[in-house]
Amino acid sequence: MTTNFVIEGLKASIEGKEILKGINLKMKGGEIHAIMGPNGTGKSTLASALMGHPKYEVTAGSVLLNDEEVLEMAVDERARSGLFLGMQYPSEISGVTNSDFLRSAINARREEGSEISLIRFIRQMEAKMKELDMNPEFLHRYLNEGFSGGEKKRNEILQMMMLDPKIVILDEIDSGLDIDALKIVANGVNAMRSEDRGFLIITHYQRLLDYVKPDFVHVMMQGRIVKSGGPELAQRLEAEGYDWVKEELGIEDETVGQA
Amino acid sequence: MTTQTILPVNTESLQATSLRNNEPNWLTELRLEALELASQLELPRLEKTRIDRWNTQSYGAYQESTVIDSLENLPVSVQGLIKDEALEGSLIVQHNSGVVYTHLSSELAKQGVIFMDLHTAASEHGDLVKSYLHKAIEKGENAITALHAALWNGGVFLYVPKNVEVTLPLQAIFLTDEEQSTFAPHILIIADTNSSVTYVDNYVSGEIEGNVVHNGSVEVFVKAGAKVRYATVHQFGNEVTDLSYRRAVVENDGVIEWIVGEMNDGNTMSDTSSILKGNGASTDAKVIAVGSGAQKLNYTTRAQHFGKNTPSQMITRAVLREQSTAIINGITKIEHGASKADGQQTEKVLMLSPKARGDANPILLIDEDDVTAGHAASVGQVNAEQVYYLMSRGISRTEAEALIIYGFLAPVVSQIPLEGLRTQLQALVERKLGR
Repeated sequence: MTTNFVIEGLKASIEGKEILKGINLKMKGGEIHAIMGPNGTGKSTLASALMGHPKYEVTAGSVLLNDEEVLEMAVDERARSGLFLGMQYPSEISGVTNSDFLRSAINARREEGSEISLIRFIRQMEAKMKELDMNPEFLHRYLNEGFSGGEKKRNEILQMMMLDPKIVILDEIDSGLDIDALKIVANGVNAMRSEDRGFLIITHYQRLLDYVKPDFVHVMMQGRIVKSGGPELAQRLEAEGYDWVKEELGIEDETVGQA
Repeated sequence: MTTQTILPVNTESLQATSLRNNEPNWLTELRLEALELASQLELPRLEKTRIDRWNTQSYGAYQESTVIDSLENLPVSVQGLIKDEALEGSLIVQHNSGVVYTHLSSELAKQGVIFMDLHTAASEHGDLVKSYLHKAIEKGENAITALHAALWNGGVFLYVPKNVEVTLPLQAIFLTDEEQSTFAPHILIIADTNSSVTYVDNYVSGEIEGNVVHNGSVEVFVKAGAKVRYATVHQFGNEVTDLSYRRAVVENDGVIEWIVGEMNDGNTMSDTSSILKGNGASTDAKVIAVGSGAQKLNYTTRAQHFGKNTPSQMITRAVLREQSTAIINGITKIEHGASKADGQQTEKVLMLSPKARGDANPILLIDEDDVTAGHAASVGQVNAEQVYYLMSRGISRTEAEALIIYGFLAPVVSQIPLEGLRTQLQALVERKLGR
C-alpha cells in the first residue's frame, strides 16, 4: 500500500496564541514536498504540531497517515506508526549512548521477544554511519552531547535511516551545515527515497533543494500555505526572494505570533 | 533546644556485656567513657535535616549470635549478595549483634593479612586495634559517635601488611532482622605502607516487626603509598534508620577511593570524609542514591586537605521519587599550607515528582592561596524536551524516562571498577525506581 498523508484544516497555538491558521496538504509515498518561507511564518510549528510537541496545542483539523488519525496518538505512537521528525534543535541527553538510544527506538517497533540482535544492530548502524561519514565512536557517545551543529544533524539523518519511517519531516535540517555536510545529508535523504516514503522538507533556503529535488514546493506565510507550485517556484524564490509573493497576495507582514 | 540523649543501656549492663565477651580492659573502659559522653552530647546538627525527629532510639540490646559453619545456613536473601570471588575468597557476615561467619583465604593469611571480626581482633591484636580505634572518628564528636563507641558490635578488622597487594576484593555483609538486637558494626581498616586492597560490603535488613537503628562507623587508615578502595551498598528497609559515618586518614601518596550506593528505604544520614594528611594523598568519592516514599536523606561528602599536592574528587548523584527529600552536602576544606591542593566536587539531583525535594550544597572552605578548586551543583526535574525527543523516535514515555534516569546515574555507575557491584547497583536502582 502506498503511503498517504493528509493534513486538513490544521490549527495550532502556543500559550493561547494561534500560530497555524488552517494548513491543508496532501502527500503520497515517493513524493518530496518542500515548505519554504521566511522566519516566523509557522514552518517549525507545523513540524512540531505534526509530531505532537507538548508545547503546542492543536485546536482544529485532522492529520491522517494511511487513514489513521495522527492527532489522537501520543508522540511515541505517531513515531511507531511511521512519522519521523528530524529536528532543528535535537536534545542532548547525558548518560544515554547513541547506540542504546537507537536500539531502544528500534526495539520499540518490535514485539517483545523479537528484539534486534546486538550484532545485527551494530552492523547496520556502522554501515549507515559510514554512509554519513560519521566517526564510529559516535556509537558510544552520549546522545548529541557535545556534538557540533553538523554532527547533530547527521545524527538525525542516521536515526531516520535506522528507523525506516513512512513520512519524514525535516525541520531546517540544512541550517548550520557547511556545504560538505549539506551534501552528505542530502545524499542520505536521496538514498532513502522510495515509492512508499514521503518527505516534507522545511527550509528557508533553496540550497538544500539543489541536492534534494522536490516535486512540490509550498510557501508559508501568516500560518498558512499561501502558494504552491513545482520545483521552479523554489528557484524563483531563491532568485527573487519573497517580496513578490507578498506583493502578489497583498501581504504586508508575513510573520505570525512571535518571531 | 537541648535534646537529652536517652541512653539505650546503663553502665552496669554495658560493663557486663563487655566482660561476658571477654573484651580487654582497655576496651571496656573505652565503652564506659563513651557511654558517659553520650549522656552529655547532642545529636549532630545537620543542614536542613531535623534528625531529632527521626527514630534514633531503637537500639535494642546486645544479643548473642550463633556462629554458623556453612554459608548455606544464611538467609537466602543474603546468599544472593555474596559475589563470586568472595565465595572462594574472604568473607565476613554479621547477623544482628555479632559476626556469624568469617573466612579468610589461606593465601592472604599466609601473606599476613588479618581479616576478622573486631571483637576477636581487640583480643588477638589488641595493640594494633587500640592505637587506631576511634582515632579517625572520635567518640566525643556527638551523641551518635559516642553511642557507637559504647555499643559497637561485630564489625570487621582488616589489616594489610606493608607491600602486600590484595587483588581480589574482600567482602562483608551486615544483616539486621531482629528489632531487639543492637546493630552497630564498626569497620576498621589499616592498609600499611605501599599495600593495596579492595573491600566491598553490603548492609541489608530482613523482616523486622519494629524499628532498628543502624549506627555504623567505618575508619580507614591509609599509610604512605597505600591504596584502599572501599565500596559499600546500603539497602535497608524502611524500618531501619541508617546513621553511617565513614572516614579515611590518608598519608603521603596514599589513595582512598569511596564508592557508596545509597539504596535504603528508610531515613539515612551518611557522612563520608577523607582527611588528606600527607603530601600527595588523594581521594575519589562516588555516591549514587535513589530516594523514594517519604524518606529523609542527608548525604555529606567531605575532603579535608592538609598535605601539599593533594587532589580530591567527589561526585554525588541522587534521583528522588515520590515525597523523598535529600540534602546533599559537598565540603571541600583546604587548610593553610596545603599548597597545590586540587578539590573538585559535583552534586546533582534529579527529581521525579513534584513532591520530591532535593538540595545540593557545595561548600568550599579554603585557607591557602596556591590551590585549585571547583564545584558544580544542579537540581532539576526530568526535562520534558528530552522526553519528547526520545518519544519522537517511538520510545514510550516510561521507557524514555527510564533512559533519562539511568543516563543521569550512568556517568557514575559506569566508573565503578567492580563488575559485580555495578550489576548489583543497577538492579537496586531499578527496584528503587519501582520498575
